[in-house]
Amino acid sequence: MSNEKSSPQIWSSAVILAVLAAICTALVAITYRTAAPRIAANEQAYLEQSLAPVLAGLSYDGKLSESTLIIPAPHDLPGDAAVTVYRVFADAQPVAALFVVSARDGFTGPIKLLVGVAASGALTGVRVLEHKETPGLGDLIDSSRSDWILQFSGRSLGSPEVSRWAIRRDGGDFDQLTGASITPRAVVKAIKETLLYFETHRDEVFARNTATADAGAEQE
Amino acid sequence: MTTISDSLRSGLWTDNPGLVQLLGLCPLLAVTGTFVNGLGLGLATLLVLVLSNALVSATRHFIRPEIRIPMYVLIISSMVTCIQLIVLAWFPALGRSLGIFIALIVTNCAIVARAEIFASRNSILASVRDGLTMGAGFALLLCALGAFRELIGHGSILAHLDMLFGGEPSRGLALFDGGFLLAILPPGAFISLALFIAGKNELDRRRQQKNSQLQRRSG
Repeated sequence: MSNEKSSPQIWSSAVILAVLAAICTALVAITYRTAAPRIAANEQAYLEQSLAPVLAGLSYDGKLSESTLIIPAPHDLPGDAAVTVYRVFADAQPVAALFVVSARDGFTGPIKLLVGVAASGALTGVRVLEHKETPGLGDLIDSSRSDWILQFSGRSLGSPEVSRWAIRRDGGDFDQLTGASITPRAVVKAIKETLLYFETHRDEVFARNTATADAGAEQE
Repeated sequence: MTTISDSLRSGLWTDNPGLVQLLGLCPLLAVTGTFVNGLGLGLATLLVLVLSNALVSATRHFIRPEIRIPMYVLIISSMVTCIQLIVLAWFPALGRSLGIFIALIVTNCAIVARAEIFASRNSILASVRDGLTMGAGFALLLCALGAFRELIGHGSILAHLDMLFGGEPSRGLALFDGGFLLAILPPGAFISLALFIAGKNELDRRRQQKNSQLQRRSG
């Protein structure tokens, strides 16, 4: 008897749930359709905005995101994953390359860095994109917390010499942070490795122009 | 029928979702490193609570007891998804700062608790009011915890308000340098919340004592 009674109840419950699910899905879909263009524009703007600090005011053609180069692993750059490079051109001449690398040996995990290198080999600037370093100690590498990261602008493999690309405690030329040496050591090492890579692969980085643009399109 | 002031007192003080019911502790403890994060997540939670209460109340006559939980889950999760999209589209900096915790509003038990306890048995208007007051109680606690931890941990207050209101990036009012690191680390969140709860209980106790003294005197 209970079966006879409960069967239509189950059906009506299912119908109610289905209708509600349809309404909720519609709500989400409408919101998504309204928000999606803005979200995409925001991401684009955020990319350009986060690249700007390491451009040192250089002028360039077109959109930075359109000259992206992806260097697949394995490579000699810091980090194990593929590295994204934003190449900056002015009048079709290479101006700078912006590397998104990750220093593997941070104190609490990898530190994602944006390293800008001018075509001449000098750093246009370095910024920390992501990190999990200790607040108050290692997180001073972040430009919003201290000016430590700004000391690299204008430096290159000749200034100082390669052997002095280290923090002072290790006999190098760069300031460490009070109470934290592992974090700055990892950052300095990653920048040095990026500069070394750029020195040997400079032409390759700028030359792989159309080929990688196609590859990038295929990936999408 | 409760009055607005009863409802406010319940949401902000006597039944505060965070301080008294201890609901939604995960976001409460995780994002309150700064005032602006607390305010942002507090407002988002408030909005979700109002919308989900309204929808649950509007559908309460169709809700069968056996399918009520899936219905709440559907309503709450779609509201949260909408809010997340809105935050990402119109407050991108805040969205980046809060990250996964906007999506995690889904798991805030305070919301499903209000749907079950209040919205499923009351009119839409009363449910919206309940969502507002309970959400305000939760948001205020998030703000207070965020301000407290930011002040002690960073030595600043109201840093990064630009994430919510636009304008120039700011480091806020820097009151002193350094700060007490523990406050912004996870243990600091628990300790701060414990201090807040202890403070609230102490205030309640004093008031009760006063009341009983008054009663004795008049009696």
